[in-house]
Amino acid sequence: MAERYDTDLLFRALADPSRRKLMDLLHANDGRRLNELCEHLDMTRQGVTQHLELLESANLVATVRRGREKLHFLNPVPLHEIYERWIAKFEKPRLKALAELKHRLERPDG
Amino acid sequence: MARSTFVYVTYIRTTPEKLWSALTDATFIEKFWFGMRCECLWTPGSSWQMVSGDGQVFDSGEIIEADPPRRLVIRWQHQNKPELKAEGESRCTMELEDSGGAVKLTITHSIERDPSKFIEAVSGGWPKVLSNLKSLLESGSIALRDPYPTGNPYR
Repeated sequence: MAERYDTDLLFRALADPSRRKLMDLLHANDGRRLNELCEHLDMTRQGVTQHLELLESANLVATVRRGREKLHFLNPVPLHEIYERWIAKFEKPRLKALAELKHRLERPDG
Repeated sequence: MARSTFVYVTYIRTTPEKLWSALTDATFIEKFWFGMRCECLWTPGSSWQMVSGDGQVFDSGEIIEADPPRRLVIRWQHQNKPELKAEGESRCTMELEDSGGAVKLTITHSIERDPSKFIEAVSGGWPKVLSNLKSLLESGSIALRDPYPTGNPYR
């Protein structure tokens, strides 16, 4: 369970083109069954299952059982946390600098 | 009938009881839900609404199920934007599960139509709300103070 909070696991889950493709597929159309996802990937059903399991253990995919079906949903919550932790804070000073530059260049006496 | 759903999961290092109190305490909600005031008795059949700091009713509905500290189901209709209100009622389920030192919080929000502008709108807001809730419970302070520069959580 401790692995659930592992940032390494999250980045490892993202570091694979097939898994990123699975996330894109879910983003385009959420709540899909395994079979629907397999159609779009050139790999075995078992391969897709393993990728989905890794995405689920990194909490990037949430699954819901509906009767006999298992539906896969994209869970963007960890991505939002990455954004806050690794992007927003580095973006801010740059955006501020750009805004200041724009302000200076657009000044009538500039 | 077609349905739009999203399922969001977050793990919060707390207990189900503490998380349940956080989700049902007006003062706490105001802190992680960007100043929204929530008035509710949190028992089945009681009315529920989310009011912004300047007094506008954003959402209203009713508690359908309340099983502390495990499961909360809210009948939820947006009230502020006409095009979102016109989509009618949605249903939001919050499930809390003990997960070895943390609580798995699953938010499932659906509406009986596809596509849905309402689901699209709330799906952008929930990660911010959940992120704040997690920070507040784990570290005592919120992560985002002003994620909605327009003052509108349905950006």
